[in-house]
Amino acid sequence: MLARLRKNPAAKWLGLALVAAALAVLPFAVEATAGRGWVRIIDFALLYIMLALGLNIVVGFAGLLDLGYIAFYAVGAYMWALLASPHLTANFPAFAAMFPGGLHFPIWTMIPLGAALAAVFGVLLGAPTLRLRGDYLAIVTLGFGEIIRIFLNNLNAPVNITNGPQGITKIDPFSIFGVPFNKPLAVFGLNIPPVTLYYYLFLLLVVAIIFISLRLEDSRIGRAWVAIREDEIAAKAMGINTRNVKLLAFAMGATFGGVAGGLFAGFQGFVSPESFTLLESIMVLSMVVLGGMGHVPGVVLGAVLLATLPEAIRYTVVPAQKFLFDRQVIDPESLRMLLFGLALILVMLYRPAGLWPSQVRKREFAAAEKAGRVEPEQFPDRTDASEGARL
Amino acid sequence: MSFHPEIFLQQIVNGLVLGSIYALVALGYTMVYGILGLINFAHGEVVMIGALTALSVILALHGAAPDLPAALYILAGTLVAIPVTMTLGYTIERVAYRPLRNAPRLAPLITAIGVSIVLQNVALLVWGRSYHPWPPILPTTPHTFLGANITDLQIFIVAGAAAIMAGLTLLVNKTKLGRAMRATAENPAVAGLMGVNVNVIISITFVIGAALGAVAGVMVSANYQIAHYYMGFILGLKAFTAAVLGGIGNLAGAMLGGLLLGLIESLGAGYIGDLTGGFLGSHYQDVFAFFVLILVLVFRPSGLVGERVAERA
Repeated sequence: MLARLRKNPAAKWLGLALVAAALAVLPFAVEATAGRGWVRIIDFALLYIMLALGLNIVVGFAGLLDLGYIAFYAVGAYMWALLASPHLTANFPAFAAMFPGGLHFPIWTMIPLGAALAAVFGVLLGAPTLRLRGDYLAIVTLGFGEIIRIFLNNLNAPVNITNGPQGITKIDPFSIFGVPFNKPLAVFGLNIPPVTLYYYLFLLLVVAIIFISLRLEDSRIGRAWVAIREDEIAAKAMGINTRNVKLLAFAMGATFGGVAGGLFAGFQGFVSPESFTLLESIMVLSMVVLGGMGHVPGVVLGAVLLATLPEAIRYTVVPAQKFLFDRQVIDPESLRMLLFGLALILVMLYRPAGLWPSQVRKREFAAAEKAGRVEPEQFPDRTDASEGARL
Repeated sequence: MSFHPEIFLQQIVNGLVLGSIYALVALGYTMVYGILGLINFAHGEVVMIGALTALSVILALHGAAPDLPAALYILAGTLVAIPVTMTLGYTIERVAYRPLRNAPRLAPLITAIGVSIVLQNVALLVWGRSYHPWPPILPTTPHTFLGANITDLQIFIVAGAAAIMAGLTLLVNKTKLGRAMRATAENPAVAGLMGVNVNVIISITFVIGAALGAVAGVMVSANYQIAHYYMGFILGLKAFTAAVLGGIGNLAGAMLGGLLLGLIESLGAGYIGDLTGGFLGSHYQDVFAFFVLILVLVFRPSGLVGERVAERA
């Protein structure tokens, strides 16, 4: 069915049009059936899709396990928060003198700025870790993520840059062509609430990011990333400049995170270090792994599932417990994390390629299964740091 | 800012106490890494569960019989915690790592993160979100040594950790089991051909590491007089840093790395305020471990006493 669709351009365009129409009416249908709270959940799911697709470039395409990815989300969010809130002008007379009307950067400058700044951070993080692979890289990136969070948490004294654990409030809402996003918009007698306006904005960016991801995957760079993932030495031998290509993966992945972070700050109107913990990094990683590393539709599926299912659990578990035990026995938040952990373990044990893997990955895993092994050696490859390791 | 030798000495004492605990936890990481080439991400959570189990036993015993000597409570708590974490270590290896021994390297790392999250949230369900304080069983009057204060507990931690490390070194270097462990670390396939039951040895390694973790958990919670479900994460990360600093996979390295990291942290947190003119304060203590980790991995990935500089870590 899918194959036939691919061969028939008319059917393909018709299919795309149907999907577009469905996505366009989705917030109204959700609001009518499940309430406005769920439109907000879908908005967050869209943000998570952006994050997961960004991490997918680093982990899925290039095979570099990054456990500090949320740092780029934080960079984007804090940049937006500082450049579109009264925080800087209130705390630094120099800024107040420079911007007498207050700092209110428009969205057109913010998205490229956030993307660029996150990319710079991506390269800063990537450069010292170029020699590391696998678990070492994971731990170092985790360290970077935590360092950024600790600094955000503590840079309120003696100079108040981030306002510490209280975070930055009163961030400007978005406004495009003079249409503010914090008020309902009336179009042809139809009243569009703010969450739905945000939905369309996020959807637009998600579509752009999906398009970029798909084009990147098939590009020369994308193939270079996959080559590095499969075998870095072989990739080098084929003439790939592994250093630049890996740095590009970090920068590119960070870009999506930075954009998503900026959108998050404007959407919430508030940022604090609380939102950028290691658990968030792990959650985004779970989305990529669960969906299918390196496969764009799979990653989108993983992000949608993990962003919405826990909310559904929250809505069903609490009443169910009240009904069964007359009180709340299990805290829904810890149940959510418990399920995340179990999902990570079970997916790795039983569907290591993810729920919706790409055809290439599926073939690789199937071939490996047939041969009875995945790696040529019986034990994990020991040509790296562990070679110096002796008990 | 004048220099006070007694404050400096106090920081050294604190650093050594902290470092002994890091060293014990680091041994758990390094033993598993030496044999499997795998970071047991969940080890910090095993330590946490050990600490909370021991504390629960101590609290229960203290409630039942409040006048026993302090050492007895701690001994009872530790003796219950050790089998609990041993079972946990064995189960983790069987369920999450053994089936993935031939999988790509990313796979066991991701299950390890999963196990870590599961353990943390199980602990959250069992013990709740709150901080659990120790009962007032420990003598608090310190001994004074050249102007620095040392409590009985701190002496006990350093001496206990030293004794355990000496015992472990003997076990690995002098016994038949130790030889089998070293053979497995060297080359599992060949060790198997020589009659070593590799799977059993790997299980034993996990179990020993978990037992050390339980002891370290009791020590760290006694030292801070508190235990909670989230304590394992940062402790595990620092201990891992210690293992890398010393040279991961190397027992002596883990001990050296643990002590060094304890000293770096304690001195760093003590003097960072003076060094940066008050710009950064002691709440940046946790950042030191990460900086040390990154610097070591970038400039000397084989660690201080690692045998060979890794080409690609």
